Amino acid sequence: MSALDVSFNEVGMPAERPLLEIRDLAITFKTSGGEVQAVRNSHLTIMPGETVAIVGESGSGKSTTALAAIGLLPGNGWISGGQILLDGEDISHASEKRMIELRGNTIGMVPQDPMSNLNPVWKIGYQVKETLRANGRPSAPEDIAKVLAEAGLPDAHRRAKQYPHEFSGGMRQRALIAIGLSCQPRLLIADEPTSALDVTVQRQILDHLEGMTSELGTAVLLITHDLGLAAERADKVVVMYRGQVVEAGPSLELLENPQHPYTQRLVASAPSLASRRIQVAKDLGLKSDELLAPTEALVEPSMTENVLQIQDLTKVFKLRSGLGRSTDFTAVDNVSFSVKRGTTTAIVGESGSGKSTVAQMVLNLLPPTSGKIIFDGVDTSTLNSKQIFAFRRRVQPIFQDPYGSLDPMYNIYRTIEEPLRTHKVGNKVSREKKVRELLDQVALPQSTMQRYPNELSGGQRQRVAIARALALDPEVIICDEAVSALDVLVQAQVLNLLADLQSNLGLTYLFITHDLAVVRQIADHVCVMEKGKLVETGSTDEVFDSPQQDYTKALLNAIPGAKLMLPPEVA
Amino acid sequence: MKSNRQMEHYVAPLEDTPLLATDALKEDQAPLSLWQDAWRQLRKRPLFIVAALLITLIVIVALFPGLFTQTAPDNNCQLADSQGGPRAGHPLGFTFQGCDVYARVIYGTRASVMVGVFSVICVLIIGVTLGALAGFFGGWVDVIIARLGDIFFALPIVLGALVVTQLPFFRDNKSVWTVIIVILLLGWPSMARITRAAVIEVRGADFITAARSLGVSNIQTLIRHVLPNALAPIIVLATMELGVFIVLEATLSFLGIGLPGSIMSWGNDIAAAQQQIRTNPSVLFYPAAALTLTVLSFIMLGDALRDALDPKSRQR
Amino acid sequence: MIQYILRRLLQVIPVFLGTTLLVYFMVFALPGDPVRALFGERPPSEAVIVAIRQQYNLDQPFFVQYGLFLKNIFTLNLGVDFTGQPISASLARVFPVTAMLAVEALAIQAVFGIAFGLVAGLRKGKLFDSTVLLASLVVIAVPVFVFGFVLQLVVGVQLGWAKPTVGSDAEWSTLVLPATSLALGSFAYVLRLTRASVIENMNADYVRTATAKGLSRPRVVVTHILRNSLIPVVTYLGASLGGLMGGAIVTEGIFNVPGVGQKLYQSILRSEGPTIVAIVSVLVLVFVIANLLVDLLYAWLDPRIRYEK
Repeated sequence: MSALDVSFNEVGMPAERPLLEIRDLAITFKTSGGEVQAVRNSHLTIMPGETVAIVGESGSGKSTTALAAIGLLPGNGWISGGQILLDGEDISHASEKRMIELRGNTIGMVPQDPMSNLNPVWKIGYQVKETLRANGRPSAPEDIAKVLAEAGLPDAHRRAKQYPHEFSGGMRQRALIAIGLSCQPRLLIADEPTSALDVTVQRQILDHLEGMTSELGTAVLLITHDLGLAAERADKVVVMYRGQVVEAGPSLELLENPQHPYTQRLVASAPSLASRRIQVAKDLGLKSDELLAPTEALVEPSMTENVLQIQDLTKVFKLRSGLGRSTDFTAVDNVSFSVKRGTTTAIVGESGSGKSTVAQMVLNLLPPTSGKIIFDGVDTSTLNSKQIFAFRRRVQPIFQDPYGSLDPMYNIYRTIEEPLRTHKVGNKVSREKKVRELLDQVALPQSTMQRYPNELSGGQRQRVAIARALALDPEVIICDEAVSALDVLVQAQVLNLLADLQSNLGLTYLFITHDLAVVRQIADHVCVMEKGKLVETGSTDEVFDSPQQDYTKALLNAIPGAKLMLPPEVA
Repeated sequence: MKSNRQMEHYVAPLEDTPLLATDALKEDQAPLSLWQDAWRQLRKRPLFIVAALLITLIVIVALFPGLFTQTAPDNNCQLADSQGGPRAGHPLGFTFQGCDVYARVIYGTRASVMVGVFSVICVLIIGVTLGALAGFFGGWVDVIIARLGDIFFALPIVLGALVVTQLPFFRDNKSVWTVIIVILLLGWPSMARITRAAVIEVRGADFITAARSLGVSNIQTLIRHVLPNALAPIIVLATMELGVFIVLEATLSFLGIGLPGSIMSWGNDIAAAQQQIRTNPSVLFYPAAALTLTVLSFIMLGDALRDALDPKSRQR
Repeated sequence: MIQYILRRLLQVIPVFLGTTLLVYFMVFALPGDPVRALFGERPPSEAVIVAIRQQYNLDQPFFVQYGLFLKNIFTLNLGVDFTGQPISASLARVFPVTAMLAVEALAIQAVFGIAFGLVAGLRKGKLFDSTVLLASLVVIAVPVFVFGFVLQLVVGVQLGWAKPTVGSDAEWSTLVLPATSLALGSFAYVLRLTRASVIENMNADYVRTATAKGLSRPRVVVTHILRNSLIPVVTYLGASLGGLMGGAIVTEGIFNVPGVGQKLYQSILRSEGPTIVAIVSVLVLVFVIANLLVDLLYAWLDPRIRYEK
């Protein structure tokens, strides 16, 4: 059926013409290794006013497809097949002049990272103004303020005179939404519009965006990696995998009845959905041990000794504020909690909550301003250098950024062997044997030994980091956002690995994260931190079922998918 | 409102969209370190090949000038040959003093290359050490070294050299080594700065924190993890500076405050030839061309290295 | 902004003090008779030696000497040269010429460097870009005095398009040749820096967003790509002033420009230490102040700097 046909459906109403229809789209990139087809057989339809989400992991082609629709493919990529019909007009090979006409007032965009998408040298007002002017709209200061105010920026007149670096991340994203919608486009492309923001801010921004677009009747093409978020926000979900659309359909139907094996995997692994599913099941009276990750069931009652006790921990940083003066900034404020051996305790908080500072202090990399960290009965601040060296064997970290946590100059063998060599464990032969064992434990082939970090994917690097952390047979592992940078399926895989290792080796985890959905899957105990203070602590069930503090409630509420009606089957 | 729209549920045929194992390791390529990778990129670049060949040639000329000419450059200059044109055995003609231009260009190579190489080695030793200490330890070490660098940096290099070479010690002992000391004195801050910046960038990486939490000592961390990762910009700058220092030596010699007249060098020859520039420009042209070509080789090498070692082009 | 200026001033003062102290220390405090150090093998007349001792207060303790020396620099009381002429008077005569030369060279390297760099960056990988890149390497490799001679010989003597030497009538038009040869080296750096910066900014997220807003290509290039690319270029232009000063010694010598550089060059030939030290100190002051101005310009170009803590 051609989009230009005006046909009639059964009801006898004239069938609406799709606002955007992508047919058999293929996009090719020229790389140093030759031509690579990044997208093929891609198709989707957006009706006027409709919200459609494309879901996929990084490299799935979801952003590339969206960028093609607004004619913004990078210089080395081009549309090598198919059509992009905007209101019936094929724009897949439209002239740049035509695209400039369309951009802004017909197709708008809200980009992903609010930190890098505003030009740092121009005032916010100017960046709105040039948008209005380029699209032939009135651009007086009142118009600019109105646009900003509509996007939820208070005090818009004053804000317009500020530079991007004077804005918080959430405010920048509001400014970008203001710009994207300022010329009332018929289609808005929102590319992961909130993934760089704190969860509570995410929810506010998405709510606001939803309100604005439905008021303006704008259709939205939402790009996201989070299936829960997509299903909650969109009428229709399109799942992309390795450059192809594997499944598309109404959101709920897709979640309840995923057909393609990839979608099934995604539905099973998405933390927000898993978390939601646990909630639904519990509401129906199922017992939580059957639903939570294996760690919970494996805590033996005898292992109730506190391996870590944090008492009144405080860290004050001196911030320089101009000439010679300094102000105190309390990053961690009187925090106390304890960690039982063999369990997982999660510290949850948004950026600036002080959760990573706690991790640094527990690792003995940063001296506390006051308070104590008692590890296995000993106050760690009293250790001499030799004892600290011994302490390091017993407490090991895993970091967030899989690209930064391995020395790019070291091959995997040297990386994993370094802790053994540093602590003079065994001889060359026994160390190599140990490295091989460790690779087995993290399910990497032994041939990985000869490779370098830049040859591995993010998930594989994180496994290597785990192997390095395990090399000295530690008792406690501090995971600082250890899975946050990974794609959903890889994340699930690494979480499973961590859970298996815990049950096999009796490890204790201190898990630092911003993602409550992940917490629900793995943690026994939760500490919620806000602005340096511990606001709530308790077992995972307690905190999720009956949160006491408003902040915890807000965090829980911000998990995408909270509004979804899901069946309680266990994946 | 939206409910009356029909939405089909599309599922792609499985044979078109096969499912791969999650996060499988690509095992088809041979393991490759970053240096090997850089080398593979380098050896395909014409700029690098040309530069490398030229530098090899220049180094051979500097080491064994006798291989390239039988004519002694300074002993048997005949005033009768003054400003003579090219003739058999003397392809480039003669200087005002009647010396063979070709032989002088060949024998002048050594001084330039020596000054360049030894200056860069000295600057590397001092600059990298100070820069690495400042960047890695921060605090007062950083403040002192950075301010010291600023002070030297604020002295434009030729001006600074003017003052230094006025000192009795330098005026009385003009030699290759005084020129090298002058260059070291004024050239270390830029090397220290770039090392410091590179070290600070690496210092913040998670793998440094990981090494610290393993109990690796500060000095070991600096030597084993930080410096190897900070090396790329240092190597590029060092290669470029080799060229820059050769020009600097020639400029100083041209101004009469560099190498003594007794040492054959392109700068001295150019200075001597400027009197005859209107009558016999070729005497000036040949040493100038040799100088330019030498400097160009190092600049080209540095440029090729920069591209190959660029961290942005590293991630595959 | 005011805080930023104050902080920069506070940083500049110790640098200037340190640099002049360094110069002064090397000449006056190292072992040996400073008067001999200043004049080398040709001892000046007794009257000049007395004048020098008085000018530099050599009977005072070192730091008093240095303090008085600084005072003399700021009041432009620079003493007398070999012939007994006051240095400040001759400096006042030659300084405007060199300032003209430097401004002209700076303008040439900035205008052409930025223009070529912008076009090359926008056409990355095309023929124009690779030609310009390779040519810039060659230009960087050619020493300033070689350029000077080549321009003088080819453009001045053989083609006769411009006067090969400037002599006493230094004007904007007669200074074109020396200014060009002085500018060439830095021009290539400005070009490469602009190009790299343009390429980086072209791939920046905010440039894509600007395009997505519906701006025309020229507007995106000017207000977003070029504007942001100027930030590092301006810093380089300030730093290149030091190179220009050194180059001016050579260029003014070759083209017979009656400027500071030629004055310095003559002083070198005559081994006139006091004149050299005095002029170098003044030039360091000029360099430091120029870089302070560049910093302010930088803050104006990049609003992030102004608020930096």
